[in-house]
Amino acid sequence: MTKSTTEPIWIRCALIGTAIFFLALFLFMPMAAVFIGALKKGLVVFLQSLIEPDTLASVRLTLLVAAITVPLNTVFGVAAAWAITKFNFRGKHVLLTLIDIPFTVSPVISGMIFVLLFGAQSALGAWLIACDIKIIFAVPGIVIATMFVTFPFVARELIPLMQSQGIEEEEASLTLGAGAWQTFFRVTLPNIKWSLLYGVVLTNARAMGEFGAVSVVSGHIRGATNTMPLQVEILYNEYNFAAAFAVSSILTMLALVTLAAKRFIEWKSVVNCHSRSSS
Amino acid sequence: MIFVPKQKSILPGFGLSMGFTLAYLGLLVLIPLSMLFLRSASLSWSDFWATAFSSRTLAAYKLSFGASLLGASINAVFGFLVAWVLVRYEFPGKRMMDALVDMPFALPTAVAGIALTAIYSQNGWMGKLLAPFGIQAAFSPLGVVIALTFVGLPFVVRTLEPVLQEIDKEVEEVAASLGANRLQTFLKVIFPALGPALLTGFSLAFARALGEYGSVVFISGNMPFKTEIVPLLIMTKLEQYDYTGARVIAVVMLVASFSLLLVINLLQAWTRRGQS
Repeated sequence: MTKSTTEPIWIRCALIGTAIFFLALFLFMPMAAVFIGALKKGLVVFLQSLIEPDTLASVRLTLLVAAITVPLNTVFGVAAAWAITKFNFRGKHVLLTLIDIPFTVSPVISGMIFVLLFGAQSALGAWLIACDIKIIFAVPGIVIATMFVTFPFVARELIPLMQSQGIEEEEASLTLGAGAWQTFFRVTLPNIKWSLLYGVVLTNARAMGEFGAVSVVSGHIRGATNTMPLQVEILYNEYNFAAAFAVSSILTMLALVTLAAKRFIEWKSVVNCHSRSSS
Repeated sequence: MIFVPKQKSILPGFGLSMGFTLAYLGLLVLIPLSMLFLRSASLSWSDFWATAFSSRTLAAYKLSFGASLLGASINAVFGFLVAWVLVRYEFPGKRMMDALVDMPFALPTAVAGIALTAIYSQNGWMGKLLAPFGIQAAFSPLGVVIALTFVGLPFVVRTLEPVLQEIDKEVEEVAASLGANRLQTFLKVIFPALGPALLTGFSLAFARALGEYGSVVFISGNMPFKTEIVPLLIMTKLEQYDYTGARVIAVVMLVASFSLLLVINLLQAWTRRGQS
């Protein structure tokens, strides 16, 4: 680094200082507020508010929703990435844009379209009521809304990577006599496993944390259709701040684990790249 | 033909993977979304207009677009600074700072909402500091801007970082050896190269802020005409079973977000052309 391509030291220090101040204000302080709020009334209150029956029910529901959403969206993500990156076809950009739609739609609108589709005022909704099937204001609605919101993550993580990897390795494997699934599991999957894992982690984080879309379709039935973020809202609106922050602290931990997983996977893929290019 | 391979490939599974992708996409995204537009089409034009642009909705659009624009602008300035510092300088705690930038992506919005409210309400850490100056942050439009700045924070940083890393140091050396001072080099050489990426990051942050709901509802106070954002207005209409009203406003918002998506795609194509 020479004098001509960097700034005087006082400018550097001022810039670093401002950046740290900005991030401390907007990122660090909210996290600290969650943990301090959770432990303000002591560890006993913290633990008691976590084992309260309605809160436990919300944890169970959140886990259930994630357990259904994440595998389905993972299969979709892999299939979409395979079709888009391994073949040339017209309309690829259209398809990519369509996959991105859930990112651009407001969470409230995402939930609302399913209320319009399955709600009592629609033809489908009236039929569902006649058959005694509940989707909206019940668990299936929450699952569907969550699937919509977290739909693009795995595909978005995989597509750039698989695009750059090309199709030579799969072609070689097929030419040497391996079957289609064998090629996928032995050649493609090992190549994409870290990005796939990150896509899954990200999908999971969003599935567990989604608020707006789920709020529209849930109906807020205590102990039955409240996920953890909705439980946070209810506790907060009841002025039970300690409990609201206690549940929030669990969700914040999940977010921190997600960020750590991202770092780990980035580091892992850099290591992979180096070992590949040196071998 | 659309969605059909151009040439025969020896790789298997096109039919299966493409069929599954299109079926999943259609059932989960396209059909539900199109219902929103189809049903709205049955509304008369004047009814649509009256609902879409009543004085209460106009106030909500103004707040949503204004606060999102302000939040995205704050992120453009400080996100640029953060990206610059993270790429160019070495200092202790840099890696942790870099990792934390993604926090708003990972943190559930409801959690962000109650945390920001606790900080900026009258007896919160920041609220106490601002109160003597007569500034009320929580339960005011300023609170909406704070929440929207939070949710958009990673976008500018993450779109600028790779472009900043790509910039050739030699170009800066050339500028310096030709007699430009550091400020001139920055303004005339570095900044123009970052323009498209900065605009992309700004638009992404703006688009994200426009639809945001969870982090805003707690801090805004939700007063009609004053601190009511558009997603909240849609929510209120849904809770009152005013499905037509909710649908009309949703259509307006969707048209706005899809136009933004188009702009962002064009910007990204422009960024890529600049890089190659």
